[in-house]
Amino acid sequence: MASGSPRSDALDSSAPLLRVEGLRVAFPTASGPVEVVHGIDFELHRGQRFAVVGESGSGKSVTARALLRLDPDAEVSGRALLDGEDLIALRPRQMRAVRGARIGLVFQDPLTALNPVMTIGWQIMQPLVIRGVSKSIARRQGIELLARLGVEHAAERFDDYPHEFSGGMRQRVVIAIAVIADPEILIADEPTTALDVRVQAQVLELLVELGEERGMAVMLITHDLGIVAGFAEYVVVMRHGAIVERAPVDQLYSAPVHPYTRALLAAVPRMDSDRRERLVTVEDDDREPAVVTESPAVLAPGEVDP
Amino acid sequence: MSALLEVEHLVKSFPGQRHRSVDDVSFSIGDGEVLGLVGESGAGKSTTARCVAALVPAESGRVTLLGRSVLDAKGKDLRALRADMQMVFQNPYSSLNPRMTVLQLVSEALVVFRLESSSARRRDRAVELLELVGLSASFLDRHPRSLSGGQRQRVAIARALAAGPKLLICDEPVSSLDVSVQAQVLNLFRDLREELDLSILFIGHDLAVVRYLCDRVAVMRHGAILEIGDLEQIYEHPKHPYTASLLNAVPIPNPAGERERRQRNVDSLGASQ
Repeated sequence: MASGSPRSDALDSSAPLLRVEGLRVAFPTASGPVEVVHGIDFELHRGQRFAVVGESGSGKSVTARALLRLDPDAEVSGRALLDGEDLIALRPRQMRAVRGARIGLVFQDPLTALNPVMTIGWQIMQPLVIRGVSKSIARRQGIELLARLGVEHAAERFDDYPHEFSGGMRQRVVIAIAVIADPEILIADEPTTALDVRVQAQVLELLVELGEERGMAVMLITHDLGIVAGFAEYVVVMRHGAIVERAPVDQLYSAPVHPYTRALLAAVPRMDSDRRERLVTVEDDDREPAVVTESPAVLAPGEVDP
Repeated sequence: MSALLEVEHLVKSFPGQRHRSVDDVSFSIGDGEVLGLVGESGAGKSTTARCVAALVPAESGRVTLLGRSVLDAKGKDLRALRADMQMVFQNPYSSLNPRMTVLQLVSEALVVFRLESSSARRRDRAVELLELVGLSASFLDRHPRSLSGGQRQRVAIARALAAGPKLLICDEPVSSLDVSVQAQVLNLFRDLREELDLSILFIGHDLAVVRYLCDRVAVMRHGAILEIGDLEQIYEHPKHPYTASLLNAVPIPNPAGERERRQRNVDSLGASQ
């Protein structure tokens, strides 16, 4: 299904697929706009598995949604260059051609992401049908994809409604919708948070396989450092709307530099740790103010919390 | 260690369900012991907890708390039992009445169980409880909306502790919290158990969290307990393949280890085909 798109062949393969520069996002409030993402920079390469880690309020989801311009009242500035084309400057009609076809999005809660009164098949076909693919071809591709994603009897189940699926199967449907138009980037926003641990492992494995099969970059947004370790090649850690640390995954886990990253890692109970040791909480580490400036290798100017 | 709570052959089903939600469940919790109840969604963990707390009526079985029968208790007896076992729910955004202040929330049990008739003394007790859970008197007049998720869950815990229970039943109390807040609340549970000699029935789906907090673990699936044992038994030598598969699915924050495990899983899938 995935035939390399001509636009990517024409370009230098070492250039980043997505280059985000100085991205700022603000939301209007009664007392004026409040900025929640304070000028972040990162690069995403073709086929790369990339993770954005942060707690609630860190700005990780807002960043993803800003790239796709999903929040109409958000004030977005900076640049987000997808193959050199600035997503932030696109008109709404041009943006619609990016969503789904070049960047797909998987939301956290598969129950609310699906329309309960439409069959899952129709929802999976939509991204193709609205781009002019005939319904019979879209249906065939949809069934193939659903089967690939591990839904048994995909052809018979294609006309079922979301409520007839379990949580894990619904999330596969949501993934099918996100990737059927063959995007170059898949953004998955907490795709496994609502799932049981065994289903979570299966869905993550699927995302890895899909990325490899299709040469698709996958940007995983999560608060869970456990799942990031097995998934990502490269990780950025966000806090309060800024990137506090960025590193290849092995480096981040073996030698985390920023105290917040260290605290996050120490805050997670692990299966392989000494359970008598107390968990470290982030607030405890917060009281060491000087450390931020000690890590110039990690923090470029402007990345520190204001 | 004498049994504080004894649950025997507990059964509960709901209409229209293929299997019983709670299917002949038996376990006990000793004085000062923390028992973890783990399993996937739909395993019957929460229904078990609610039957034990007499929040939903069980169909059959026996629940004994401090030698007193719970399931057929009514009126004054039931109220006395409830003072001895209190619940902490998963979501502190929905478990706290948004129109009540922290003072009202925390001291409500003192009114309900008629433990303290003077409002000044209720206030003093509320401050003590807040300090016990790591908050201060400055929170008394605030409403839940002005609290963070972690602060809310602390208030919910203080509220549960107000009646001086022997047993705390916690239904996924940290699942909706951020990791750093989760760590604070888990540490709080550890401290409380030391200070108050509390017994806890801790329901969770995160096996690493359960390992951190519990002495013994019961694994549930389809309403039944598959196996129950101490940490060593469950985590190091699981008897049931389902337990092993749950353990194998827990992610570990160690990239090299995760890659190795993934390769192992792929290999074992290839071998079985």
